[in-house]
Formats: sequence, structure tokens, C-alpha cells
Amino acid sequence: MSGGAKLDVRVAEVVKVNDLITRFRFVARDGGLLPAFSGGAHTVVEMDDHGTRRLNPYSLMSDPEDRTGYEISVRRDDAGRGGSLFMHRHVRPDMDMVLSHPVNLFPLDNRARKHLFIAGGIGITPFIAMMHQLARFGGRFELHYAARNPALCAYGDRLKAAHGDRVHLYHDELGEVLPLAALLARQPLGTHLYCCGPKGMLNWVRGTAAAAGWPDHAVHFEEFTAPGTGAPFTVDLASSGKTITVGATQSLLEAMEAAGVDAPYLCRGGACGQCETDVIRCDGKIDHRDHWLSPEDMAAGRKIMPCVSRFEGRALVIDR
Amino acid sequence: MTKTDFPPSIRSRPVYGELEPRAGSFHLIVADGEGAEAVADLFAKAADAPAMRLKSHILYTAGPNGTDQWDRIEALGAAQAQKAASIPTLLFRLARVLQDMQMGSQIYLAGTEGLIGQAERDIMAFGFPHADIQKEHRGSTVRRVQCVHCKGITENVRTDPFQCSHCGLHLFVRDHYSRRLAAFQGVNIDAEDRGQIPPAVERFR
Repeated sequence: MSGGAKLDVRVAEVVKVNDLITRFRFVARDGGLLPAFSGGAHTVVEMDDHGTRRLNPYSLMSDPEDRTGYEISVRRDDAGRGGSLFMHRHVRPDMDMVLSHPVNLFPLDNRARKHLFIAGGIGITPFIAMMHQLARFGGRFELHYAARNPALCAYGDRLKAAHGDRVHLYHDELGEVLPLAALLARQPLGTHLYCCGPKGMLNWVRGTAAAAGWPDHAVHFEEFTAPGTGAPFTVDLASSGKTITVGATQSLLEAMEAAGVDAPYLCRGGACGQCETDVIRCDGKIDHRDHWLSPEDMAAGRKIMPCVSRFEGRALVIDR
Repeated sequence: MTKTDFPPSIRSRPVYGELEPRAGSFHLIVADGEGAEAVADLFAKAADAPAMRLKSHILYTAGPNGTDQWDRIEALGAAQAQKAASIPTLLFRLARVLQDMQMGSQIYLAGTEGLIGQAERDIMAFGFPHADIQKEHRGSTVRRVQCVHCKGITENVRTDPFQCSHCGLHLFVRDHYSRRLAAFQGVNIDAEDRGQIPPAVERFR
């Protein structure tokens, strides 16, 4: 089955963390242990939103050594496609849900002599799992975490209490600025940089690190993003012999699934490469929104990542 | 001598590029023998060579074929340039320099495979990604080979097969390379038919 084997879980806890963020804990329905994962891994949560199937990836934030349950934190996005709203409004303790096995597209590079974490807002979640992991085997790390204000700085106090001066918090509304350039200028050889946060922050960190001469392979980003919305479009699926219409708030992958086509996927966020599909004919423009295809592949227009990318034009035929 | 062309081989066999100046807060340059020419070319390509010189530290030693171009290195006018008596003594200095280095530094290696490989090994041990170390081969192609049987390393191997300097076995030199050991693999050539040793051919100069 596409997306790999599933985990049957039950919601054990729903905890409101702040005005925007709620935490969910899942345990195995059979009372057993869940598969092991590593810091930075995510799970894809399947939701049955009153007939609409939603599959959203969320970073696992619990201690990777704790196999009795998985925890995720979900930030409510009122302008999003509805997955986070469903989680906030409808998911209650004791509900049965289905998760994918954990997949890690944002792992620690354990060859690093030091790990430098830059988090923005809800981007803190993968780092919480990573810090649990590093604390267990004595890895050296430093967290720099920016949030709008102290009330929205989820887990900030808890992390500060647990890890002391290895944790640095910055609150935008109090005029506190993460001193990125100065920080990047004073890291010992062998430091690896990790960033998870809003798109603007990712670009800022990417640009600043490149300008400071940081090597590509020492800079890591949590890339996956929600598919986003766009104008509806029609696609011919050559192998299945179907023509489908992708709705404004639907992804091409979701539209294929709704039409009963079993298409491969893993991250559903344009990062892992699993859903890569050949384009047979393209009379129009593919709106590539993934982080997987190379710029050359994108320009050639022979491949598309249906989990996030869209199309505008007269006709698109793909090999699925 | 210019850049070395190696025949295509298995994936394990290291390949080398040409040094290109990259923006950085510091430039660590390690070279031996004819590698001095690659270093000179590197500075010639720099958009702002005087600024690059002020942030550069060069470690140099003569090549295994005796080529000593220290005068070329000295003439480049780097903020720091040191000549070591041998690769092992150069590596001692390198270890000290690495201790104080920070991210944002660029690293360039030029010269023979023994020097490039051992410097890369020591830099990698600090957690710096090996793929981001620039490497350009110049000069001698003699190899550093590990005997897979006794684990002893023989430097400056010229012929294939050759006799292990530690255990005395006759070894076939493979293109199979270990970044961790900074050495090619040498495998006993007469393991099945003891004494059937093909004549040694000079493959590496």
C-alpha cells in the first residue's frame, strides 16, 4: 500500500499548549510499543474530516527512546487547507486514528562535533526530539529559538529549565533579535546547523550561512511544507486511464487518491522524492513547489511531485 | 605539471577537481610537491587576492618525488605559511590549526593522494563534511596502501603488485579506497596459488 504500513493508534492526550498550539499524544491501540524513531522524524496523520481524507505530516517531538507513545504539536492555521483545524476542533482523547510509520528527512548528522539549532515558532518540535536524543548520548548542542512573544514560545520555559544555557529564547514583540550572523561567525569547526521554521526564516538562514562561507553539507533544513492552494486544474492519468480535476484546496496527490488511484507517497510535503511522477505531455506550466527536483529537472518539465506541485495551462498528462 | 587525469574506475576511487576561491572568513590551504602550482593558480583566480592572502594559512611539504616548490608558496605572501619536513610533521601542525578553526573557513588540499587523503581524514574527524573540502591532484601518483591482511600501511607504493612493508605478503593494489584510513586496499595476490606472483609493473609514478 502507498505510504507504507500504517500504525493503528488511539489518542491518549490532547493538551492545549497556548492560543495557537495543541499537543496530541498517540499510543498503540493494542497497548504495545510503537516503532522506534530518531530525532527529526515525522509521521503522517490520517484524518477523516467528515468525508474528506486529509494526510498531514507532523514532526515527532517526544523522546525517541519512549516507545510507549508519540507526541506531536499542531499549530492552528486558520487560513490553511483544514488539517490543523480538524486536529484542533475534532480530535479528542480516546479517538482511534491512523499514523504512518515515522520517516526521518531531517536527521542529526552524528559526525558533527556540535549541533546548532535555529527554530522559529512551531518549528521547535523536531528539535525537542533531537535534544532528548543528544541529552541521552551526551551530544553537544545549542538551541536558538525565536517566537512572537513569550506566550507563543511553546515549550520555551520547559526547555530552558531542562537544558539551561544551551537554550536561547528570542521574542519578536519584545524587540529581541536572533543574532544569526554573529552566531554563525563563532562556531567551532565541525558544527552542523539545523533550521526549522517559517519560509522567511529558512531563506534568511540559508542566505546568511552561504554568505558566511558555511559548507552546504553542514547546513540542514526541515523542508516539508503544506501543499498550499491554487486554481483548480485538470490532469489525465495515462496508466489509470482517468481524467481528474484537482480542486483549489486539494493537492494533485489527494485528487488521485480521491479518484481511487494508489499513488506512492511518504512525506506529502515535497521533500522525500517518493511520489516523483513522469510527465508524458505538458501544454502549459508546471508550478513546481517541491524541494526534491533539481532546478534542471524543474526547467525540463519532464517530472512532477504530485504531493505539492500544481499546473496551469491546457493539458497535463502524467504516467500514473 | 598540470592537473592529473586518472582513468575512469570504480566509484570508490577518489576523483579530484580544481581549486576555486570561495568566500570565507579564513582559508586553510594544505599542499605538497607540485600542489604549490595549484595553490598559485587558486590565488590567481581570486577576485580579491590581497584580501584572500590576509586570511590564508598554508601548510606545505615537499612531494614524495622530491619536488620542492616552497619558494612559490613563500612568494604568495599568505598571512601564514609554514614548511614541514614531511607529511607526518605537517599533519601535527594541521591538527593544531584545526583546533582553533571556525565554521565559515574554506579548506583547500592540493598535491599527492597521500597528503590529500590524510589531511582529509583528519579534517573529517572534526565533523567537517568531506564533500565540502576542495581537492586538486597534482604531481606524483604514488599510492598509500593498506595491507588488508596485517593492516600495515605502506607509503609511496610505485608498483603493482608490491610487497607489504610490514608482513611481506605480495599485494595487488586495488582502486578500492578508504576515506577513514586514507589508503587504497592491497590484497594478497598469491593467496590461492602460493608463489605465483606476476612481475611487478610500475603503475604509479
